[in-house]
Amino acid sequence: MASAAITLAAEAPKLSAANTGFMLICSALVLLMTPGLAFFYGGMVRVKSTLNMLMMSFISIGIVTILWVVYGFSLAFGTDKGGLIGWTSGWVGLSDIGTADLWDGYTIPILAFLVFQLMFAIITPALISGALADRVKFSAWALFVALWATIVYFPVAHWVWGAGGWAFELGVIDFAGGTAVHINAGAAALGVILVIGKRVGFKKDPMRPHSLPLVMLGAGLLWFGWFGFNAGSWLGNDDGVGSLMFVNTQVATAAAMLAWLIYEKIRHGAFTTLGAASGAVAGLVAITPSGGAVTPVGAIAVGAIAGLLCAMAVGLKYKLGYDDSLDVVGVHLVGGVVGSLLIGFFASGKGQSEVQGLFYGGGLDQFWKQCAGVFAVLGYSLVVSAILAFLLDKTIGMRVPEDVEIAGIDQAEHAETAYDFSGAGGGAARTSVPAAVGGASKKVDA
Amino acid sequence: MKLITAVVKPHRLDEIKEALQAFGVHGLTVTEASGYGRQRGHTEVYRGAEYTVDLVPKIRIEVLAEDDDAEGLIDVIVKAARTGKIGDGKVWSLPVETAVRVRTGERGPDAL
Repeated sequence: MASAAITLAAEAPKLSAANTGFMLICSALVLLMTPGLAFFYGGMVRVKSTLNMLMMSFISIGIVTILWVVYGFSLAFGTDKGGLIGWTSGWVGLSDIGTADLWDGYTIPILAFLVFQLMFAIITPALISGALADRVKFSAWALFVALWATIVYFPVAHWVWGAGGWAFELGVIDFAGGTAVHINAGAAALGVILVIGKRVGFKKDPMRPHSLPLVMLGAGLLWFGWFGFNAGSWLGNDDGVGSLMFVNTQVATAAAMLAWLIYEKIRHGAFTTLGAASGAVAGLVAITPSGGAVTPVGAIAVGAIAGLLCAMAVGLKYKLGYDDSLDVVGVHLVGGVVGSLLIGFFASGKGQSEVQGLFYGGGLDQFWKQCAGVFAVLGYSLVVSAILAFLLDKTIGMRVPEDVEIAGIDQAEHAETAYDFSGAGGGAARTSVPAAVGGASKKVDA
Repeated sequence: MKLITAVVKPHRLDEIKEALQAFGVHGLTVTEASGYGRQRGHTEVYRGAEYTVDLVPKIRIEVLAEDDDAEGLIDVIVKAARTGKIGDGKVWSLPVETAVRVRTGERGPDAL
């Protein structure tokens, strides 16, 4: 986002209807990623915890939206305080933001910028939920989302994207959220699972995905929405960089899917559906920070390397014994790190900025900057998330009781079941008709 | 009367149904079942984790028959269900005390 600001700064930018329309559509696309993620994760769990998995993502839309309006936008993008956090008191409640006020240096209203960024703030905590499948109390999760967004996401978004944020000023390249979103969420997932522990029966009971078609649907929606996430992050289309990002998003994702499938065929003997979906997501993650800096051929390399390394990384949890249930660490943390660090090698100098990586004659300067961004975010998120989970566990408790987990969290936490498989259409259940429908709340036979 | 039960490969159901109709059977009950015999299960892979799936999907067919028809009926099912490969299933019969047609109250062979 940085250099567009510089090139346009010569004359005071005027509102562009084209860019504004584009950004509003991109915002809707990024929102769609969160339900997409819910399906991607929801298909991977067992039948008995499907709804909980869907809800862990969906609730983030509710909670983070309200926080964003109240103080989140101000913390992330307000006036810089020491490179660590932002604050603009007039933005609390979005009260002093006029409809015609433009985002500084750009051709879009602040309102368009803040709603676009809101969608990023929503999906980042939702990403964490995949590691916590089947076992976390919903109230504890909701509280975690609110606290995590406040003390981890908003500051880290400021570091990486806020004017004056330390990583932004250092020159760390993160086009659309490799560090702020994916490394951040992946490290948080690792921190939380180290505190709350494994699912009951981990490594003993079979935990097959209950619906791979749902996983595919989710991966498809993620891929579609990701064009908004990535191409939209340039905040306009005046110089073609957003189009480069769009192309690279497609290219890297395709390469990563193929790499994962080939690895899987050689290593495990089959081209799996789950592998195709996972490979695509790994590619999307890796191109997120890097897609503005690399060429399309570079995007093939970034995607293929990420697909391969993530496919290898997802097996680590069985060896190391941590229960990253749906491989948030293996895909988002590893993919994010790979994509962010590869900028140091593959940055061509012809995309978002003149910065060149090692393979384009730029030496290792950018690589070290990327390392600083990657490991600072990784460390901060890992430690703070672990502490947060620890405190919540000691106070309200993070996990549901073991018998609830075994019976299925959906019934206990949501009072619903995902599917009615009975031919009689639920006729076996006794129901009470709601007063508004039946006129009385007495028990009746279904 | 006899109750003939067949647990067979799901994709043989249509063949068996047609063969039974040709034989003169007027009704049957089909249930989705799972289980294993000597073929055991198969292996599935999810993100590199291999699962042995013991219980294989099967179809369980139940037919009531008069005593004289039972052996012929079993032969018809066996012939229609057979692929010659492992996992083709089993067919067995049991004696039945009585049967009632719910709509009319007819009993015994009349209820078939």
